[in-house]
Amino acid sequence: MNQKRDASLSREQPPWLFAAAIAATAPHALAQPLWLTAFAAVLFAWAGWLWWEDRRLPGRWVLMVLTVAGNLAILAEYRTLFGREPGVALLVMFMALKLLEVRHRRDAVVVVMLAYFLLLTHYLHSQEIAVGLWLIVALWLVTAALTRLHAGPIERRENLRLAGTLLLQSLPMMLVLYLLFPRISGPLWGLPEDAHTGRTGLSERMNPGSIAELVTSGEVAFRVRFDGPPPARRLLYWRGPVLEDFDGTTWQRSSRRLTEEVVQADGPAITYESTLEAHGQRWLLALDAPLALPEGASLDGRLAAIVARPIDSRQRFRLRAATAFRFNLQEAPATLTDNLRLPTAGNPRARALAREWQRQARAPEELVDLALRHFNREAFHYTLRPPLLGRDAIDDFLFRSRRGFCEHYASSFVFLMRAAGLPARVVSGYQGGEFNPLDGYLVVRQSEAHAWAEVWFAGRGWTRVDPTAAVAPERIEQGIVSALPAGEPLPAFLLNRADWLRDLRHRWEAVNNTWNQYILGYDGERQRQFLSQLGFINVDWRLLATLLGIAGSGVLATILLLNLWHRPRLDAARRLWRRAQRRIGLNCAPQETPLAFAERVRRTDPALAPAVDAVVRHYLLARYARTDPEHLAALRAAVNRLPRRRIV
Amino acid sequence: MTHTKTSKADNHPPDFAPILAAANRIILGKPQEIRLAVACLLAGGHLLIDDLPGLGKTTLAHTLAALFGLDFSRIQFTADLLPADITGVSIYDRGQSSFRFVPGPVFAQLVLADEINRATPKTQSALLEAMEEGQVTSEGETRRLPRPFFVIATQNPAHQIGTFPLPESQLDRFLMRIELGYPGRDAERELLRSGGRRLAAESLTPLLVATQLPALQEAVAAVHAADPLIDYVQALVEASRQNPAFRHGLSPRAGLALLAAARAWAWLAGRDMVLPDDVQAVFPAVARHRLLAAHGDGMAAAGDIAALLAGVAIP
Repeated sequence: MNQKRDASLSREQPPWLFAAAIAATAPHALAQPLWLTAFAAVLFAWAGWLWWEDRRLPGRWVLMVLTVAGNLAILAEYRTLFGREPGVALLVMFMALKLLEVRHRRDAVVVVMLAYFLLLTHYLHSQEIAVGLWLIVALWLVTAALTRLHAGPIERRENLRLAGTLLLQSLPMMLVLYLLFPRISGPLWGLPEDAHTGRTGLSERMNPGSIAELVTSGEVAFRVRFDGPPPARRLLYWRGPVLEDFDGTTWQRSSRRLTEEVVQADGPAITYESTLEAHGQRWLLALDAPLALPEGASLDGRLAAIVARPIDSRQRFRLRAATAFRFNLQEAPATLTDNLRLPTAGNPRARALAREWQRQARAPEELVDLALRHFNREAFHYTLRPPLLGRDAIDDFLFRSRRGFCEHYASSFVFLMRAAGLPARVVSGYQGGEFNPLDGYLVVRQSEAHAWAEVWFAGRGWTRVDPTAAVAPERIEQGIVSALPAGEPLPAFLLNRADWLRDLRHRWEAVNNTWNQYILGYDGERQRQFLSQLGFINVDWRLLATLLGIAGSGVLATILLLNLWHRPRLDAARRLWRRAQRRIGLNCAPQETPLAFAERVRRTDPALAPAVDAVVRHYLLARYARTDPEHLAALRAAVNRLPRRRIV
Repeated sequence: MTHTKTSKADNHPPDFAPILAAANRIILGKPQEIRLAVACLLAGGHLLIDDLPGLGKTTLAHTLAALFGLDFSRIQFTADLLPADITGVSIYDRGQSSFRFVPGPVFAQLVLADEINRATPKTQSALLEAMEEGQVTSEGETRRLPRPFFVIATQNPAHQIGTFPLPESQLDRFLMRIELGYPGRDAERELLRSGGRRLAAESLTPLLVATQLPALQEAVAAVHAADPLIDYVQALVEASRQNPAFRHGLSPRAGLALLAAARAWAWLAGRDMVLPDDVQAVFPAVARHRLLAAHGDGMAAAGDIAALLAGVAIP
């Protein structure tokens, strides 16, 4: 055997490897440090140039120096060689280096396997549609590199077709595994902590400007689908952390434990499903007021739903709510006292105004009216870009700047109410959402982040008051875009009011949502739903394993049957020829002609030779001469005359 | 297959053994090569003999011409040979006051093109076109070549000085390519004892007349190739296209050539049907010069051809 030459690569093979390597590593250029991208690009270019010029690949020492240098650089960059980011960086570097020592088929196979593995690592960064599409193309290229290694010299187009066919053939098996493989909640490979850094969302502290900052992000916070018709926009208050502690500038969530809420629904219950994007916190952002919560979720005593663990991946919940409700008609005295507490000093003018209102008002409800009227009548402006406030922020806002965003209004309103002796607190969350008519989902973005107030009246319980509505009612009725004057720093795509653009955006978001809901969001729950539609009620791992086994064998059996179907069926002469060989316990090799076989028998087993000669003569006539039934009959007779001998 | 063709194929000549035996008496120790050469002639293809000088290439050509009763002409290819030296020229005839075409040496039933790779590509292609078309076009007039028309070209190994190797496309026009190689020890001794063979070849008595050859060729073409045999030829051609040892696979024309040569081989064995054995016997002679090695710039290695045959199961 000419093994050495067989193992070396032909000139046409390396370009496929280059293409596969580039396709598998390129998207990492967006995430990895620039120097690594440059390093890899230089090595790729070097390998390509050496191929182009048909030169010798660099020697072992050069590669060793490069490897050590690369490892040290990665170590310097990440301070470790372990973990997700350095791991991916190492793989990218190995790939680039490996291309410089692709001499034999063995090396080429290593490149291909490395490329397959690298494809997987892209999902650690993003699972968007675009990434999925790119990876399909890359998978195709890598597979084409593999087929080019094994299929001999074939045309480029032919090779791509071959690889594509292979991938399509694997589709049924892929679907079976996707649908039936037991789903583990959470990602399979346990994303390390750094996967969740830099997530935007509400926090448990609020100071002037914190929500305004959030609003400039167009990111989706969550998507909702109502079982029935969606409620009116002005009723869509999604409750996040309730902020009770105030130090003069910052509102904070109180850590006191409260007794369980008493909620009384005054209207019909609304059921809906909410798909939360990962925000790294425990808030469920349920619609006010929640009546039923999913398993594992609870209320924190302030009507805010929370889950046991931070939401670190996209999750789906089913909830029930009533938009007309009464909440805690009785409240613990300690809670009421807490919600009257103000810093001992500061903001004297606001306190004076509150005392003035307290004198005028005959009932607590009138206090609220006075305050809202004040916001409405005086020249207050709703803006994302308020001027900076001084030390007495509330006074500064109420009497000097009068320009602010929801947190300014909510904060000063609650301050005024507390100063006037009415228990009040700030509620943060989201208000509204954009209804996508294409898929029926309501999309709530970070730009819908909001803060409002809640006051407690004896006999009415905690009652929502939204002071922003007094200043900019459009914010509540139509959304943030209509409420803000032109020139505010909102995401550009939200501001564009051209119909066709909005339509396009809706379409894209509907596609994206479908991808999220059904492809990425195919979790244990969806799997159960899917299987229950097929009539399987009690879904456990045993059932899944059984189904997986059955469906997998089904796919394999289908492939096998198709192969058998396409295989040329043996004609009668061929069957008799096989039978003759079995009968004498000797095999004619695949490439051995019957005459050569007869010759071999003559040499090795002269006693058998005459009978075998007769069979061969008739077999050749039956198979290679013009069709004549007599030949077949003669062959059958000759085979039957063969002595029966089996290999012991 | 029609009935008439079948009867023609059954209408076997008495025996080809005397012809082969006579040839074997001239070219000693090369029965296989002689058989291939005769099969090539019967299949209506042209033959390329590739070897060092002095191994009996020319003698073989003489022998075949003599035994088949073909009129013979020989063209010694040299670097200064011109196309007209092969095809012929028009000469002004003073008596008739007009041009008269004087046919070149290519107008013969068996043309020996000796050392074809010594001529320039232009001259080579003049002969090769005549081989392909069966006619010669000179000065705007097309003239048919005689029938049968059989070319035996000999060539020296390409690495010898002063040669123009035939390009792939030209090589494809030869049905078979054979090598004679050194004679065996006994054959060489016999040769040394009895002297050169060229004269003996020229004085042979014909065992056939030229007019018989077309009928024989027709009979060969009618030898039956059953579907499983066609499958085998197809499998071999496909395997050559998948095999990394070769730069390209065999063309459909090569597949046809393989089948034609196998038919002739079967017919020489006195059979009216082609067997896989026939295909295997002619495969190296038919396929090797049509396949280029994937590495280096030469013809495929004999070992790779054998490996290809060994790797294809007989359907």
